[in-house]
Amino acid sequence: MNTEKILELRDLKKHYPILGGVLRREVNSVKALDGVDLEIYRGECLGLVGESGCGKTTAGKTIIRLHDPTSGNVYYYGQDERPEEAVDLGSTKRSALKKLGIRGRLQMVFQDPTTSLNPRMLVKHIIAEPIKEQVSLSGRDLENRVIELLELVGLTRGHLLRYPHEFSGGQRQRIAVARAIATDPEFIVLDEPTSALDVSVQSQILNLLKGLQETLSLTFLFVTHHLLVVKYISDRTAVMYLGKIVEIARTEEIFSRPVHPYTHALLSGIPIPDVEHKQRRMVLSGDVPSPVDPPLGCRFHTRCPFPLDRCRRDEPPLEEVENGHKAACHRKSEIEKLVRERFGDGAGAM
Amino acid sequence: MATLLETADLVTNFYTYEGVVKALNKISLVVDHGVTFGLVGESGCGKSVTVRSVMRIVQEPGCIEGGKVIVYLDEKNTEAGVDLLQQSEAYMEALRGDRISMIFQEPNAALNPTMSIGDQVSESFLFHQRQEMCTKVLKDLCAAECRTFYPLRKFLQRVYRMAAEDPDCVAVRILDRIPVIKRWQKRLKREVKRRSVEIVGKLGIPNPEQIVEQYPHNLSGGMKQRIVIAIALACSPVLLIADEATSNLDVTIQAQILELLRRLKEEVISSILLITHDLGVVAETCDRVGVMYAGNLVEVADVRDLFGKPLHPYTKALLDAVPKFSMEGTLRSIEGNVPNLVTPPSGCRFHPRCPQTMEICVKELPSLIEIERNHTVACHLFQIGSG
Repeated sequence: MNTEKILELRDLKKHYPILGGVLRREVNSVKALDGVDLEIYRGECLGLVGESGCGKTTAGKTIIRLHDPTSGNVYYYGQDERPEEAVDLGSTKRSALKKLGIRGRLQMVFQDPTTSLNPRMLVKHIIAEPIKEQVSLSGRDLENRVIELLELVGLTRGHLLRYPHEFSGGQRQRIAVARAIATDPEFIVLDEPTSALDVSVQSQILNLLKGLQETLSLTFLFVTHHLLVVKYISDRTAVMYLGKIVEIARTEEIFSRPVHPYTHALLSGIPIPDVEHKQRRMVLSGDVPSPVDPPLGCRFHTRCPFPLDRCRRDEPPLEEVENGHKAACHRKSEIEKLVRERFGDGAGAM
Repeated sequence: MATLLETADLVTNFYTYEGVVKALNKISLVVDHGVTFGLVGESGCGKSVTVRSVMRIVQEPGCIEGGKVIVYLDEKNTEAGVDLLQQSEAYMEALRGDRISMIFQEPNAALNPTMSIGDQVSESFLFHQRQEMCTKVLKDLCAAECRTFYPLRKFLQRVYRMAAEDPDCVAVRILDRIPVIKRWQKRLKREVKRRSVEIVGKLGIPNPEQIVEQYPHNLSGGMKQRIVIAIALACSPVLLIADEATSNLDVTIQAQILELLRRLKEEVISSILLITHDLGVVAETCDRVGVMYAGNLVEVADVRDLFGKPLHPYTKALLDAVPKFSMEGTLRSIEGNVPNLVTPPSGCRFHPRCPQTMEICVKELPSLIEIERNHTVACHLFQIGSG
């Protein structure tokens, strides 16, 4: 596997203020991202999973600087720059980012293609818009480039002069993908690209993305709540809970030998489309706590089946278990045994 | 097993400005007592319209054009089938929420934001069980240990006796209007609240006494969905229809709700009709499955048979298109898109996307035939084989 970093997140935080009182002062904040450390390697597909409200989307948006981070750094290592010349996306000015040409190299595909495409623009203009921002091409060159992009995502030149509402959900998502790859990016954040689509169309889009990643040598951050999709598409998987990464490892490792109890619960909660595969459930009680005031100590202790006193006091750091497999849990060495004792064989790990 | 619900050649059309959307094309399905029946398909294939037609709550501009919906509410008496499409609206009102109830997809939209949880749960008690509850209050009033002031007790006994006989009688309605005196209902309300707290507590919600005082925005998504289920289960229905009950929930919450439904099915309800697009949910909870495509029912089978040896090409393709745990290589996908139902394809509606199309598929719509025991499929491939 490639170990050349493309992005590095250091203690990244994003807090959304809650305004209150007559003077609209900040009274509290939603801690959407609360100290995320993450490395993304060139050419890989990193899956980011978690429940709704855990900060997955915020992470994606903050990395490509659609939001300004509250604190922390996002280092971007360009193709030819040496490591010491990494650009901090979090603190560089937006105009400087554009001048360096970094904006075009980081792109995003949004969740719902019906709302992310402008209904008043022709497909031709939608796809041409990001190209025009970066380089100036003649009309004919531009059109040829757009047709080339459309063909890459499995559409034809016949679709050029149509409006988004004339397409089905899957085709709209293809247009959104075409727009994202229009500027020859290196890194794309895919924010739940298939959750608004049907099963049969979902597989088309997943295969398209996989193909594009190979042909254009792209790096993906695949944000989703659907674990089986992550298993299919990503090389490494990071699990988020309440604005923190609780476990990160190679995808096969996460699915075969999860460490964090939350990962165990997530995996055993997936309904599996296979009748023979009957397993014991590890059902968590309660709901995700509010990110406005997350629990003290380990954030998961309120729902964890095996909390210790220590978990209520100290926050566990994200530590290495074995090569590249990191988890944030005080009892990481004994969790597997505990899960097996409490929930029987086959719960969680498969 | 005794049949609970049977639809025969159900046809529902929507009259839109684009043309007539033929949402249901002669759906015939059978749900037995004590069975969890799953209805799967992609969006727009008519799953929700089917159950809405069964409940007769198809919204404008939709219209049920033909067919039959027969329910056999009594498991023992298989003769007493009622065709719901022939019944009056009053009959349906009494039936909905009482014998057959429904959980809707989006708990935010299903709950009224201006009413407290307790009020919303008690609505169905007040509507369906008013007489029974009045009788119960009357019994308490007549009991020897009742220590209410004697004339007041005499008066209350009389009012409750009247209400228990006929809740709509004129005298009761007049009494409801007079200030001070209308407080006779206090005991009824107390009984309703007791029942609401009981049903809410039964669904595994911690401290139900506090929850019933709160409003929907105070609760999280999973809790709201539990309240919606509590409302549906208030009158212990025979059939519970769950329309994408877990689609908008997170994995861990979804596991909680599915576990709850499974437990409730053993204890309280007889049958569940589960509508979903998630094949995983079907594999885990259902006994029988019906697969729908573009307004047609294409295959019905026991869950083991359907996942073990699917017959219809669409079912096969659908199963192949889902990412699985033990999977290698690339995911297969179904080419093309779901057809527009204003102008559905001729013949078999799946033929433009089917890998095994034959000449006859373009011309004729295949009918559902039983290939094996309890395994029916609508495809020409098998009709030729069997005759």
